[in-house]
Amino acid sequence: MADLMQFDLVSPERKLASVQAATVQIPGADGDLTAMADHAPMITTLRPGVLTVEGPEGTVEYVVTGGFADVAGPSVSVLAERAMPKAEVTGEVLAELIAEAEAKRDAATDTAVDVAAKLVADLNALRDALGAA
Amino acid sequence: MPSLKDLKNRIESVKSTRKITKAMQMVAAAKLRRAQEAAEAGRPYAERMLAVMGGLASSVGNSEGAPRLLAGTGSDQTHLLVVMTSERGLCGGFNTTIVRLVRTRIEELLAAGKTVKILTVGKKGREQLKRDYAELMVAHVDLTEVKNIGYANASEIAADVLARFDAGEYDVASIYFNTFQSVISQVPTETQIVPAKFDAPEEADGASTLYDYEPSEEAVLEDLLPRGVATQIFSALLENAASEQGARMSAMDNATRNAGDMIDKLTIQYNRSRQAVITNELIEIISGAEAL
Repeated sequence: MADLMQFDLVSPERKLASVQAATVQIPGADGDLTAMADHAPMITTLRPGVLTVEGPEGTVEYVVTGGFADVAGPSVSVLAERAMPKAEVTGEVLAELIAEAEAKRDAATDTAVDVAAKLVADLNALRDALGAA
Repeated sequence: MPSLKDLKNRIESVKSTRKITKAMQMVAAAKLRRAQEAAEAGRPYAERMLAVMGGLASSVGNSEGAPRLLAGTGSDQTHLLVVMTSERGLCGGFNTTIVRLVRTRIEELLAAGKTVKILTVGKKGREQLKRDYAELMVAHVDLTEVKNIGYANASEIAADVLARFDAGEYDVASIYFNTFQSVISQVPTETQIVPAKFDAPEEADGASTLYDYEPSEEAVLEDLLPRGVATQIFSALLENAASEQGARMSAMDNATRNAGDMIDKLTIQYNRSRQAVITNELIEIISGAEAL
């Protein structure tokens, strides 16, 4: 077993997890990445996706919708705008999120359209991934 | 001199008032606990957020391409004041202290020749400010229907504030709210949110410069700044909610005590009058008997 590190998952409303973890798979804006203990310090923004935490107590998966991750040697903190355990994410929740994102895309102007459209696409991809799982 | 019946009615009515204030105090105490928990739960996120942003801002902030949200528009002519108050009354001086702070700020800004715009959150502050500054109000956010303040509420307000900034409606935005210190003390606070302002990062924390940023420092900052505004508004809303309940609790505690004092006073008055009536009747009977 690899070395452990401190993993924190916080949303604006509450702290979802604060555990020891061996690896954390983060859906970064530029692609997925896995952080292990003593990873070089980095900060990345998140895209909507599945966050996988592997620790001594087994694997836990969360669905996050954006925010950022702060990876620093002995600890990883993920600050997610919205995060929930994967089991709680049902089709309805996702549909709601997608509807919200689509409304935002339709309301957006100029450059914001691309960003909003990407969000919709990411959410759709997430739904497909979850549906397959 | 009020009649016995009047006094009795009066005592009854004060008694029911006391019951109501007592109940309100207990409700406020329960809500306060919840509000405090919410404020506490939100703290780790806000702290980390500000720490990361502070580090980023110090490394990117001085460069040419710094985002407008950080660098500002280069002027400070138009100020947007976001005033957070409560939706309900009966909470002592809670709203008045915020409004007083805002008033002094408005007068200062107006005296300096600046343009002032006001965005109110919560209806009580709006009512108080409308009297003097109705023409300065630009918008109002109504949270009457909201039971538990969520991040969604904050991001809506933030989206509005940011849209106004993009539209060039103002140069500087600040939020006004009460910081919760204890049940008896809430401190009206002013925080500037646009352009973002950070406490100078501590020198010891030089590690922030060693970070790798993905996709890039600018992109991360671009993404974080609007979130930072929402986060600041969210923590202000939570602080405000806790302060409101705290203020209401102590106000209702005072009211309950005052009602008790009043009942005691009225009861004494009632007993005295009753005594006087009895004495009067006796005198009448005795003098009647003597006259025979």
